Amino acid sequence: MDYDIPTLKENIDRETVESVLALDVDKYKYGFETDIESEVAPVGLTEDTIRLISTKKDEPQWMLDWRLDAFRRWQTMDEPSWAKVHYPKIDFQAISYYAAPKAFKGPKSLDEVDPELLRTYEKLGIPLSEQAILAGVEGAGEPKTPYSGNVAVDAVFDSVSVVTTFRAELAKVGIIFCSISEAIREHPELVQKYLASVVPVSDNYFATLNSAVFTDGSFVYIPKGVRCPMELSTYFRINEKNTGQFERTLIIAEPDSYVSYLEGCTAPTRDENQLHAAVVELIALDNAEIKYSTVQNWYPGDKDGKGGIYNFVTKRGDCRGRNSKISWTQVETGSAITWKYPSCILRGDGSQGEFYSIAISNGYQQIDSGTKMIHLGKNTSSRIISKGIAAGFSDNTYRGQVSAHAKATNARNFTQCDSLLIGDKCGAHTVPYIESRNGTAVFEHEATTSKISDDQMFYCQARGLDEEEAVALIVNGFVREVLQHLPMEFMVESQKLIAISLEGSVG
Amino acid sequence: MTTPILEIRNLHARIEDREILKGVNLTIPAGQVHAVMGRNGSGKSTLSYVLAGKEDYEITEGEILLNGESILDMEPAERATAGIFLAFQYPIEIPGVATMTFLKAAMNAQRKARGEGELSTPDFMRAMKEAGSLLNIDSDMLKRPLNVGFSGGEKKRAEIMQMALLKPTLCVLDETDSGLDIDALQVVAKGVNGLRADNRSMLVITHYQRLLNHIVPDVVHVFSDGRIVESGDKDLALQLEARGYADFDGQAA
Repeated sequence: MDYDIPTLKENIDRETVESVLALDVDKYKYGFETDIESEVAPVGLTEDTIRLISTKKDEPQWMLDWRLDAFRRWQTMDEPSWAKVHYPKIDFQAISYYAAPKAFKGPKSLDEVDPELLRTYEKLGIPLSEQAILAGVEGAGEPKTPYSGNVAVDAVFDSVSVVTTFRAELAKVGIIFCSISEAIREHPELVQKYLASVVPVSDNYFATLNSAVFTDGSFVYIPKGVRCPMELSTYFRINEKNTGQFERTLIIAEPDSYVSYLEGCTAPTRDENQLHAAVVELIALDNAEIKYSTVQNWYPGDKDGKGGIYNFVTKRGDCRGRNSKISWTQVETGSAITWKYPSCILRGDGSQGEFYSIAISNGYQQIDSGTKMIHLGKNTSSRIISKGIAAGFSDNTYRGQVSAHAKATNARNFTQCDSLLIGDKCGAHTVPYIESRNGTAVFEHEATTSKISDDQMFYCQARGLDEEEAVALIVNGFVREVLQHLPMEFMVESQKLIAISLEGSVG
Repeated sequence: MTTPILEIRNLHARIEDREILKGVNLTIPAGQVHAVMGRNGSGKSTLSYVLAGKEDYEITEGEILLNGESILDMEPAERATAGIFLAFQYPIEIPGVATMTFLKAAMNAQRKARGEGELSTPDFMRAMKEAGSLLNIDSDMLKRPLNVGFSGGEKKRAEIMQMALLKPTLCVLDETDSGLDIDALQVVAKGVNGLRADNRSMLVITHYQRLLNHIVPDVVHVFSDGRIVESGDKDLALQLEARGYADFDGQAA
C-alpha cells in the first residue's frame, strides 16, 4: 500500500511553497560553527584509518581486531537502495573519520574544557553550563541534591565524548554512564558480551561501516533491580567540516531495572553534505524497561536543498528477557535525508515494544523512517503510532514491518500511521509490511492522510492567531498522542521545535 | 455624533465570477444589536465571512469601517485583534487541541498582537471559570479537543465562550440558533445577552425569528439578493415571520 496524495484539493500555490523555503530552512538556529582547535584525521578510509582511530582511543587489541573484521566485511557490501530517498553517491574516501577537539582526549574536569566548547553547549541549550551540573563533571564538588529533576548528560563533540555529568552519583547505585570509548577500556567484559549482540556487525551497510569506524557514543549499564533516578541524556554535535559522525550507543538494562534515555543532535550550517551513521543497541532483560527518546535536529540543508546531514542510522532494541519493555519515541525534524527504523525484537515471552514517532519534513528534506516489530516470544505485544508531516517539496515515507514468528502465540500489534500534508509539492507515503506465521496473531493497521484545511486555518485566524501560530497549533494537535510519550524535559522543547520547523510552511 | 462601531458602505463582494454582495449599506452604533434576516442563499453568511476577512471573497467596491478605520487591508488575525469576532455557523474541529489550549492560544495571540504579556495561569483559569459558568461549560468539556465530537449545542456554547473571553467590540453571530434545541438556545441567548454592553455592538444573522425572541435586536434588516432591502424595529421580524420573505423579494430588484 502506498498512499500518494496528489489528488487532494490544493489551495496553496507554488509561490507560497517557495516563500516557505525562503523563510524556513534558512532559519536553522543551530547552524553556528565553533572555532576551536581540532585534531582531524586525514580524509579517506583504509585499515590505517581504523588503526589510527583505535590508537587515538587507546583501545585494546580485541577492539581493533573487531573493527578491522568489520571493515573487511564492509568492503564486500553494497550500499542499500530500497529506501525512497535520492542522493548522489557518497564518496567514502572524501570523509574524515576522526575529529577531536584538541583540548581534550576524553572526559576531564571542566577547568580544562575549552571555553569555546562550553559556549557552544550553552548555545545548544545544554544544561552543562549550569553551575551545579558543571561541578558534577569529575567527582569533586558533586552537587548535593543531584536528583532534583536534573538530567545527567554525556556530550559528544564530533568524534569524542567531551563530558559526562553526574557520573559519581549514578555510580553510587551501580549505574555506569560513560562514553563508549571509556567503557571499552574500563568495562571490556560488558562491552564484549553485548556489543553487536543486537545489531550484528554485518547487519547492513551503514551498521558495518559504523562498526569499523565508530569514534564515540554513550554506554549505559543499569544493574539488577535499579530504577535509574534521573534521565540520562546524550547531546551529539557535528562541528568539523568534512567529517562523518559515527557514534555507537549501547544500553543494557539488567532484570527488574528501568532507564529513560534522551538523545539530541545538531550540526552547523554547511554547503556540503555530511554523513552521520550511528548504531544504537538496547538490551532489556527480564522485567526491565528502557525508554529511548530522540529529538533529531541535524542541519536539514538550505532552501535549495543544498547541504544537510545524511542521517543513516540503525537503532534496535532487544527485549531479551520475559516481560521486558522497550519504547522508542522520536521527534525527527532535521537532516537532509533520514533513513532510520528504530526496532524491537520481542524475544522474551510477554515482552512489549513501542514506537512513537513524529517526523516533520520541509524544504527538500527526505525522510524514510519507521520501525520493525519482530514478534518471537509468546504473548508479545507492540504498538506503533507514527505521525508524519510533510511541507515544502519534501518527501515523507513511513516504512514499517510487523512480523510474528511461528512460535509467537498471541502476538498483538496495533499500528496507526497518520500523515498530514501542507501544500501540494510534498509527498506522504505509507509502506507497511505485515507478516504472520502464527494463526493466533492479531495485527491491526490504520492509516490516514489529511491536509490542514483552509477552514481550520481561517477559524484559527479569526480568533487572532497568525498563520504560523495556526499551523503550529494544528500540527501540535495532530502529534499530541506522540508528544505525550516524551519526557517532560523534551515535550516543551519539541513543541517549539515543531513550530520552528514549520515556520512559513503556509503562505 | 460618535463614530459607529461598524459602518459598511456600498459593499460589493464576489467569489470567483459570482457577485454575492451587491451594495450593502449598514451602520451599527455602539451598544446596539442589529439582526440581519434573509432566506438561505441571500448572502447573509457571505457578509459575515467578508467582515472576518475570509480570503475566498474579493471586495470589488465599497468600504468597511470598524470604529472609523478601514479593515479591508487587514488579515483575519488583525481583524480579530482589532475587535471583530465571528461566531461560526459551523464551528470547525481542531483535532488533538484541547479546547482550553485553543482558548489560551487565541487569548495570548491577541495579547501579543496588542503588545501585552502572556496571561498568567491563575488569571487564565479565573477567566475560564467565569466564562464557563455563564455557558454551562465545565472543565471536562474544556479538556476535550475543540469541537471534536461536540453536540450542536456544545459547539455553539463554545463559540459564545470564546466571544466572552476575547471581549470583541463587534460580535457577528452567524446562524447561532441553527442546530439548537430550545433549552440550548436559551443558554446561548443568555450568554449572548450577558455580553451586551454600551461599547460593544452585535450583528445577529438568522433566518428564523425565533432567536430574536431571546436576543432582542434594536434594529432588524431584511437581506435579499445581496443587499439590505428593508430595515425596521424588532416588529419587522414578526412581520417577516407572518408574511414570508417573498413579499420583500420585489424590493431587491
